[in-house]
Amino acid sequence: MAGKTLYDKIWDAHVVRQEDDGTALLYIDRHLVHEVTSPQAFEGLRLANRGLWRADSIVAVPDHNVPTTSADRGNGTAGISDPVAKLQIDTLDKNCAEFRINEFHMDDIRQGIVHVIGPEQGATLPGMTVVCGDSHTSTHGAFGALAHGIGTSEVEHVMATQCLIQKKMKNMLVSVDGKAAEGVTAKDIVLAIIGEIGTAGGTGFAIEFAGEAIEDLSMEGRMTVCNMAIEAGARAGMIAVDQTTIDYVKGRPYAPVNSEQEATWDKAVAAWQDLHSDDDAEFDEIVRLHAGSIEPQVTWGTSPEMVLSVNAKVPDPANEPDAVKSKGISDALAYMGLTAGEPINKIKVDKVFIGSCTNSRIEDMRQAAAVVTDALANDKKVADNIKLAMVVPGSGLVKKQAEDEGLDKIFIKAGFEWREPGCSMCLAMNADRLEPQERCASTSNRNFEGRQGQGGRTHLVGPAMAAAAAIAGHFVDVRETGGEG
Amino acid sequence: MEKFTLHKGLVIPLDRSNVDTDAIIPKQYLKSISRSGFGPTLFDDWRYVKAGEPGMDHSKREIKKDFVLNQARYQGGSILLARENFGCGSSREHAVWALEDFGIRAVIAPSYADIFFNNSFKNGLLPLVLSESEVDELFKAVESNEGYQLTVDLEKQQVISLDGNSYDFEVDEFRKYCLLNGLDDIGLTLQYANDIKAYEKKRKQQAPWLFS
Ligand code: SF4
Repeated sequence: MAGKTLYDKIWDAHVVRQEDDGTALLYIDRHLVHEVTSPQAFEGLRLANRGLWRADSIVAVPDHNVPTTSADRGNGTAGISDPVAKLQIDTLDKNCAEFRINEFHMDDIRQGIVHVIGPEQGATLPGMTVVCGDSHTSTHGAFGALAHGIGTSEVEHVMATQCLIQKKMKNMLVSVDGKAAEGVTAKDIVLAIIGEIGTAGGTGFAIEFAGEAIEDLSMEGRMTVCNMAIEAGARAGMIAVDQTTIDYVKGRPYAPVNSEQEATWDKAVAAWQDLHSDDDAEFDEIVRLHAGSIEPQVTWGTSPEMVLSVNAKVPDPANEPDAVKSKGISDALAYMGLTAGEPINKIKVDKVFIGSCTNSRIEDMRQAAAVVTDALANDKKVADNIKLAMVVPGSGLVKKQAEDEGLDKIFIKAGFEWREPGCSMCLAMNADRLEPQERCASTSNRNFEGRQGQGGRTHLVGPAMAAAAAIAGHFVDVRETGGEG
Repeated sequence: MEKFTLHKGLVIPLDRSNVDTDAIIPKQYLKSISRSGFGPTLFDDWRYVKAGEPGMDHSKREIKKDFVLNQARYQGGSILLARENFGCGSSREHAVWALEDFGIRAVIAPSYADIFFNNSFKNGLLPLVLSESEVDELFKAVESNEGYQLTVDLEKQQVISLDGNSYDFEVDEFRKYCLLNGLDDIGLTLQYANDIKAYEKKRKQQAPWLFS
């Protein structure tokens, strides 16, 4: 019999019962909750007179709607000017109090984007099943966990039963072989992967990312990669556990510790050693990329698969033989206000957004700050044509760490705004958004039409590339600016 | 959950692939804490000239006349026809609530994003899969015949046109059973409460760190 994949192993360890047709009840270890997709679930519980199965499995935090200007923070939800947004966060607070759920409130330093704070607190552990009413829950797969987004009905189902009704997905291996070039980051790697397999390429699969270039990544980089598995259509992305994983988890508030009675940490670490695919495991599909050929990436269209190297040219729909695809390209160019054949590194931007659950961790802050430091050394600042360049750390603790390292001062000196943590302009539910036709270099994960504001034009890039675009006023290969990648 | 057995309705052709959930229901409407009322803002950016806000009187907003939902011949439609990878993007169930609130009972497309697909069944909206060529055929039929209707028969797993053409579709047995009977998943799962408790007991011994 063939060996098991990492996904097979975690799946098998969580099946409570299974029907003949493969439908299973899957046990959920960790449930992360935020304000947008939970109110209707709590309401459903109340209407049916049901309680929570396991309140201690839930960690809640408001993130999507929170304001990111310091003037609006620090006074609970009182500073939220939008009454509808305020009601949603107040509702989360009320629900968490009523159901006795551990919540990091808006003014708690541990508050932040749900996918940043889970790992930061050690609430995400190797081998867990993790769910959240948010598609980027795939992020947590970086820890050798099975993590995926669910809808609100499923949020309610997990709250009431601690289980999900699921059928097993297929296994896909994406191997990024060899070493990535200097200046090429996790974001470039994952964008290149999506460019290769397409936005629907991973539909129905759990993707395991492997290969030397993935192993070389820090936990922050691995989270960036798994975060965007959903942009390739896969609900779950995951990476095998190794020493990098274990070192990151150790000592975090929710992580196990050894006590006098029991060596729980040691026991956990021993169990985690098995969280990798067996050598003879079989995958339904295998995709290989050579890390060495990946260049810094920029999306040019309205779907994350519409991505190319910063040194490439905007594609021409006339060169696409498939009629549906060709129409897709021309629609995207029309929306994005681009001309076929235009060099990507000549495209000027209006706004720059560094943040989101893809790229708002400390390493991302450092990568962007390194580019800005170089610019300052050459007497350069944010270019005149940039209307707004903002840096939004992923959590209060990331913000504090960055400030302890003096990164905030570097950004501010160069003309960036340094904000309070939250989802911010990733989806523009709060005041941070694009105006129609404004063009943005963004470290987030979706370039859909209207994602950052109606009519707004989003180009996805990594943090160093976003910082470099802010300084140059247009896209530029960060490796040519002298900045560290 | 509303039962789904047989549905006959007017077809609305949305000739796009990769229709994402941000397009189905833009983020500003996600601030609602209720499940209903999303219909008037379904496909908001494509439907109206200017961006809307929650709480507006949407019937007073200027519409984009060309958009398919605004065309006279498709008023009252309840079956949405679209291209591949429908519902990609975020997990927001609001997308399904918006389609339902608008009056859509079934979507026909060659493929769907996983989370959207799942969410649909939980709300009695049937996302059915036909092949690309069948979908293409339907697009042509809808566009050339005003008032084009289809019947979706879940029991028989067939889509039937007025002129008698029929298309078979696959559907998961369990999901079909739940839809036909309008069953609530949570109630079903709680029948197995003892299995869940037994699993927890065993698991607590193997991996106590998962329970603190
Ligand atoms: S940062 Fe963006 S993608 Fe991530 S959870 Fe928030 S809104 Fe979703």
